Amino acid sequence: MSARAAWRLESLGFGEVYRYTAGKADWFANGLPREGRRATLPRVGELARRDIPTCGLQDRIGAVRERVRAAGWDVCIVVNDRRVVLGRLRQGALAADPGSIAEAVMEEGPTTYRPDAVAEETARYLTERNVAGVLVTTSDGELVGLFRRDDVEPRPPRAEPAGEGGA
Amino acid sequence: MPTDIQRDEVRRLSAAGAQLVEVLPAAEYEEEHLPGAVNVPLKHLSAETTAPLRRDRPTIVYCHDFQ
Repeated sequence: MSARAAWRLESLGFGEVYRYTAGKADWFANGLPREGRRATLPRVGELARRDIPTCGLQDRIGAVRERVRAAGWDVCIVVNDRRVVLGRLRQGALAADPGSIAEAVMEEGPTTYRPDAVAEETARYLTERNVAGVLVTTSDGELVGLFRRDDVEPRPPRAEPAGEGGA
Repeated sequence: MPTDIQRDEVRRLSAAGAQLVEVLPAAEYEEEHLPGAVNVPLKHLSAETTAPLRRDRPTIVYCHDFQ
């Protein structure tokens, strides 16, 4: 669509026309500012905990476990030097042989969400599926953090309109 | 000939004064759009609807994704 629009603008006399090929999906997925009716809804990228521990593929589980526990976590995300998510170490993996490396015991390809997912909608979805949290990454796969459904303030129930005449 | 660009270039050009045009239908634009973007849906792209835009300024056009 934007390709046709770009050519049409040029035919209308615009001298310098650019086409943002990845479009607003890419812009929002990277947590960049937005305007519009839904712009103020909190997003998972804003609420994601950025202090979630990370480690590299070759890191030894024993050292990783120590660091993760000291930080008060029970999960560690395996990333490369660009912070692209490669895997996840949950409790079972963190309990593995201390001499093993992260790559050998990690869970491959954990599910991720984009930072622009609406927090409340995502929390509802996770609750329905009994999932506590989900990783948030940019569209380039770089780790943003961990979004937990409990981090969303539940919206107060809508007040029922009072009946005519009251009590 | 239009030039394909990515996010970083969009930011750079916008900061330098380029005009942003979203060509999706108005309902989608109203929900959310890039800061400062104007809406001229593709189906209504004409000399008349683009008259408020400057022809001598860089113009970045976008839709939802790679469509």
